[in-house]
Amino acid sequence: MSKTASAELSPDGIQIERHWQELAGRRRAYSWIIAIGLLVTIAGSLWFANESNAGKFFDRLPHLFDFAGDLIPRDGWEVWRAMFDLPSPYFDGSLKYDYPEGRVYLFGGFYMPEYFYKMLETLNIAILATLVGFIFGFMICFLAAKNLVKNRFIRFAARRYMEILRAFPEIVIAGFFAAILSLGPIPAMFAVGIHTIGALGKLFFEVVENADMKADEGLRAVGANWIERVGFGIVPQVMPNFMSYALLRLEINVRASTIIGAVGGGGIGEELRLSIGRGHQAKTLAIILLLFITIIAVDQFSAWLRRRLVGEQAFAFGG
Amino acid sequence: MNAMTADAIADFELRHPAVFNPPFWRRFMPLVIAAGIVLYVFYCWWFFSIGTVLASGQWQRAELYARDWVSYAIRTTVRPTPTGTTVSYPRFSELGDNPNPSWVVKDGNNVTIAFGPDKKLDINDQRVIATRGSESLTVLLATDGAKPQGPLPDWATLKEDQVTVTFGFAGQADIIPQRVVVSRRFLGWANFVFDTASPFWGKSFGEVTSMIVSGDRIKPEMSNAALAFDNIWFNSSWQHGDVWTKLLQTIVMAFMGTLMASLVAFPLAFMAARNITPNFFANQITKRFFDFLRSVDMLIWALFFTRAFGPGPLAGISAIFFTDTGTLGKVYSETLENIDDKQREGVKSVGASPANVQRYGVMPQVLPVFASQALYFWESNTRSATIIGAMGAGGIGLKLWEAMRTNTNWHNVAYMVVLILAVIFIFDGISNALRSRLAGKSHH
Repeated sequence: MSKTASAELSPDGIQIERHWQELAGRRRAYSWIIAIGLLVTIAGSLWFANESNAGKFFDRLPHLFDFAGDLIPRDGWEVWRAMFDLPSPYFDGSLKYDYPEGRVYLFGGFYMPEYFYKMLETLNIAILATLVGFIFGFMICFLAAKNLVKNRFIRFAARRYMEILRAFPEIVIAGFFAAILSLGPIPAMFAVGIHTIGALGKLFFEVVENADMKADEGLRAVGANWIERVGFGIVPQVMPNFMSYALLRLEINVRASTIIGAVGGGGIGEELRLSIGRGHQAKTLAIILLLFITIIAVDQFSAWLRRRLVGEQAFAFGG
Repeated sequence: MNAMTADAIADFELRHPAVFNPPFWRRFMPLVIAAGIVLYVFYCWWFFSIGTVLASGQWQRAELYARDWVSYAIRTTVRPTPTGTTVSYPRFSELGDNPNPSWVVKDGNNVTIAFGPDKKLDINDQRVIATRGSESLTVLLATDGAKPQGPLPDWATLKEDQVTVTFGFAGQADIIPQRVVVSRRFLGWANFVFDTASPFWGKSFGEVTSMIVSGDRIKPEMSNAALAFDNIWFNSSWQHGDVWTKLLQTIVMAFMGTLMASLVAFPLAFMAARNITPNFFANQITKRFFDFLRSVDMLIWALFFTRAFGPGPLAGISAIFFTDTGTLGKVYSETLENIDDKQREGVKSVGASPANVQRYGVMPQVLPVFASQALYFWESNTRSATIIGAMGAGGIGLKLWEAMRTNTNWHNVAYMVVLILAVIFIFDGISNALRSRLAGKSHH
């Protein structure tokens, strides 16, 4: 087509046409190079992953659902018995069907099923960590905002500090505190909380930098000091966004504290890992179900509250 | 400034009731929330018995462990006997097979160990003199125990028959009857490049270079350069080879997991977006599918795939892939539902096929956003991959966790943390740079 077109073009037009062809050709070449490079990387990565895995992909593929098949309970009530710690007809003295074992008696004969208690523990880890992260992130974020702090070094220090808190592997913090306080939920809380300070602090200072500075200007005009300017000029406008981000973080932290739990931080994550490792099918299913329901509930609650706080906007993923 | 009259104030109040007499909830909401938070913190304090745990924590360990991150200690035992004082080192000392450090001076029956300019330990078969600045302590080595002479300075402690003198960071010495156990601490990582078994160990950089470039072959079957690399790669105390392979596994897990997730989420998101696919059931099914993938936690996917594929990066890739297909699918479909319809209409109005409507009417709008979201998740998944690795999904996580559980390899932990931080910062930088380029394009 281009040949027939160029026959009718003026000399200038031909030159432009050639130039365009060159550019398009170069662009195509770049696309091909990138595509091939990507394909090679993918192939190499997959090969490497497969080589260094304990089981090989194609050997294990037929057995993919063996585990899921093992999980099928013996009857429809078994999962509920495991979840609510009711005695099982299959009880044979082993831990596998010994559900009442883990009951947590609150007062008298009133008990809390084990997994609900553990779930509550995980939820509390997440909420407390979010709270700690919110408080400290709130305190530090104003120091990192360009529009509030003119001193470059303070800003730089605050930002790098938050970056390090955010990037520091949670598992190392958990391990370090586990060495001091012994394994349990508190090291997990430290780990999730410290990460949350960095993650929320970053989101917060970006919100602060986008705040409307007119209120601040007014306060400055009447001689307010820095804390008053922040407290009355900035905080009221950014608070809904801060809350929204904190709720989003809460969703992430519920998942994070489950995972940290599984590597020794207590709570439901540890129970899940143990019961899978021991081959307690009904218990495993009960925990998975409970976890699934909790995560959906927390997500829905957080989405509802965020909609009320900031409307449909600011639903972007962050942190 | 004019003072306001009472009438004017009353008038003001009347005109702005919302400001001067706000409803109860508005006025006390912050207070109620604050009280709720305080109550909740008290409840958690009780629930986790935080006070007890913090009080029973061994906080002195924190300092010890933190110190182990960046320093190492060399242990040596001095046995003073009338026939001759011996200085011995453990079998796998950081100083190699024939240690002769400059801080130990042996002169006949006298051994002097220097802990710094004005800190030293002077040992002979009768007594030990510890000097720290202007203070000094003489400890007699009796058969029934170490006997300190004179009052103990605050840097020395007596426990039964044993005296411990500390020299701060530089180390400490336990004076036990018949022997003195010295621990001398140095800043840095010992034998980081070559371990003591290597022929290059203890050589300066220049010497090693000249051996590699022009020296005779140390091992006939391989060149010196290959031998040097081999020695570094299989360094017994730092395990560079293993650490770097595991780190690469973690990177691969995050990269492949995110890439595959975004590739699968991409077409599914078109099905889930109600403006692209006007079919209620297709929308709902895809959306609920995303929710399912997302709400079954990454933890559960990781444990499931570790069971299915065995421990290793395949399990990690699959876990990240499944979780993030859900998350990215949700984000992508929400992006698609918020696109500007004008471009699609324009392409449709010139008679384009449905596929071309998507290609030219939708893709240019959403592709930068999609790519930017995927990059963001790539970066955050590098962190997640470390954690799920510790549960057996492969990568550096497990190695890190094991090194921590021994409580003695904190320098290895520090090494891996530095590597992970470097990787995260590099990826963060790449992802930010690419995202700001994408964002720049999409706005123009």
